[in-house]
Amino acid sequence: MTPVATPFFFYLLSGLALLGGILVITRKNAVHSALALILTLLALAGLYLMLYAPFVAGVQIILYAGGIMVLFLFVIMLVSIEKSQREDQFNKQWIGGLVGAVALGALFVRVFVRSKALHDLTGMPMAQLPEQSNTQEIAVYLYGNYMLAFEIASLLLLVAIIGAVVMAKKRI
Amino acid sequence: MLDYVTSYLRSNTTPGQAGNLLWAFIYIILIFLGLSVAVIAMNWLERKILAHMQVRLGPMRVGPHGLLQPIADAIKLLIKEDIMPAEADKSVFWIAPVLIVITAFTTFIVVPFGPTHAVTDMNIGVLFMLGVSSLSVLGVVMAGWASNSHYPLIGALRSSAQMVSYEIAMGLAVVAAVLMTSLHGNGLYGVAHGAVGDGTLSMIDIVKAQQDQHAWFIFKFFPLGLIAFFIFAVAMIAETNRAPFDLPEAESELTAGFHTEYSGFRWSLFFLAEYSAMIAVSSIAVTLWLGGWLRPFPTWLTGETWDLVFSLFPAATFLLLALIALVGTLRMPKHPYFRVQTLGLAGFAAVLALIGILLLLPPVRDRIQDIYWFSLKVAGFMYLYIWYRGTFPRYRFDQLMRVGWKVLLPVGLGVLILTAIVGVLL
Amino acid sequence: MVPITTLHYLIVAAGLFVLGVVGVLTRRNVVIVLMSIELILNAVNLNLVAFSRLWGLHGQVFAIFVITDAAAEAAVGLGILIAFFRNKETVNVDEVDLLKW
Repeated sequence: MTPVATPFFFYLLSGLALLGGILVITRKNAVHSALALILTLLALAGLYLMLYAPFVAGVQIILYAGGIMVLFLFVIMLVSIEKSQREDQFNKQWIGGLVGAVALGALFVRVFVRSKALHDLTGMPMAQLPEQSNTQEIAVYLYGNYMLAFEIASLLLLVAIIGAVVMAKKRI
Repeated sequence: MLDYVTSYLRSNTTPGQAGNLLWAFIYIILIFLGLSVAVIAMNWLERKILAHMQVRLGPMRVGPHGLLQPIADAIKLLIKEDIMPAEADKSVFWIAPVLIVITAFTTFIVVPFGPTHAVTDMNIGVLFMLGVSSLSVLGVVMAGWASNSHYPLIGALRSSAQMVSYEIAMGLAVVAAVLMTSLHGNGLYGVAHGAVGDGTLSMIDIVKAQQDQHAWFIFKFFPLGLIAFFIFAVAMIAETNRAPFDLPEAESELTAGFHTEYSGFRWSLFFLAEYSAMIAVSSIAVTLWLGGWLRPFPTWLTGETWDLVFSLFPAATFLLLALIALVGTLRMPKHPYFRVQTLGLAGFAAVLALIGILLLLPPVRDRIQDIYWFSLKVAGFMYLYIWYRGTFPRYRFDQLMRVGWKVLLPVGLGVLILTAIVGVLL
Repeated sequence: MVPITTLHYLIVAAGLFVLGVVGVLTRRNVVIVLMSIELILNAVNLNLVAFSRLWGLHGQVFAIFVITDAAAEAAVGLGILIAFFRNKETVNVDEVDLLKW
């Protein structure tokens, strides 16, 4: 597929993703935070499409936005009580948290500025990622090299299902 | 500039492949128009067909034989007062119908009306359609929660639980069909083992696989294809909350379920999204099992004459409809009060006949073939939807969940495993 | 305009990561803390997929595994939340400060 208007879509989608992120951490109402997270997830799916990763984008939409967020919304509807919206939203050590996050941000900035490898990418050949066979090639890896990880992931999901059911039941 | 417009006409890919924004926009606008016409027609057809199944006449007053009834309904909905419940969450209340309509319409960018007649052909076509239609569950949950009232909340929880459960059965049936795309055989049981990584999720390539294997997947590995199609057909009705799985929005059960508190234009958005979702999942079923845009019997009845016969079908359909409208005109009561209606029906018959004659011209005839067969199959599914609504009693909610988890899921797994075994052994 | 390179995507991912860390460290509502953790995981995913554009498909396969693990973790975390909420009727993290009550 020939890419069209890449900078416009990149800035639009990443702006939406960051806006969604800011709304997630600042909203009082948990349902609004969940909606902002859905916005972030969908914007990220668009960014994956721009990075020639359509299968990861599809999985993100189905699993994350269509599955995990439904789970979050159900739990929010279950535990949301009115008085929790009138209490303080930020905890007592918010200054420490902010300082830590700013330090982390400064670390990122230093790494990005100082790394020569990231600035010198024009000389590096991009990987051949033809979009028409992306799913097929991921399948070759998933059922070939990473078969063990695949089986362990399915076992993990089984354990998670049983664990979630046991913990949420009223009487075992 | 003109070169930009005409360069696409000389290529044989979808506008998305060619990166041609203008033609992609044109296709999107055509899909919007087509969907609007389809939803309006579905509204009228549903009321008339349901009425005739129940031995009554349905809307007869608004236009000749009620043909203008959908327009009257649309005007009524647009001029109704927009009520918002007092304690409702305003932003979420506003966003929910918009989200559902956006997801219902976005699925149509990969629906293939022909080998190059899709807005784009993504590598993950089927996955994209299933994923975006799973986003509508979010809209339902939000609509129920934001209404701040019991009936919508219970309706939304039931509806979303039902939709999520039947998505799994749909996914298994789809995987069984995708498995069949990796076989390169010929005919109903033919298998020729190809390279690793040969199957495809792309909608256009799935229909091309059915074309190459000379078998629609509904008949492949008979009866496995048929069972997979049946699972998908049942699951897609539950997914779109239609009878007999419409407990969450049935009027006698829960007032109107998750869209109780919505009135006027917002309700019409839910209605629009429901019919668009019905057409979308029917398109998936037609593409995966019924051969998409392929005409019936491409290998039995081959040759120039049979091609000509099948290419006359679109014109024949419209001329038949014009004939029915003409008979209706002649049977109108001969009273001065009915003059306008008779003239209107005669005009409608004339328009249909004109379209039929237009479809007889060879250049139009060749291009309209794929779109016609695809639309005919989807229209068949729409008739089945209305038929089920008029025939089946409603499932109770626990029976509904039992069918989804205890019947469709194991049968879907069984069909998947059997298809894989047969594909390897043969 | 500057052509969009991998560095642009990495900066977006770093921004999302920092936002997620701020959310985890400063919010009181447990559900929002869990959602901030999902933000962090998504930032990592974007990083992986951006690098896979350079170096091959391994990044995308790893991203799929990360999404799967995020689903499992969200399910278990929310199960714990529900079990806890049934006992103590609160969703604030700083009211979970006794080992036995």
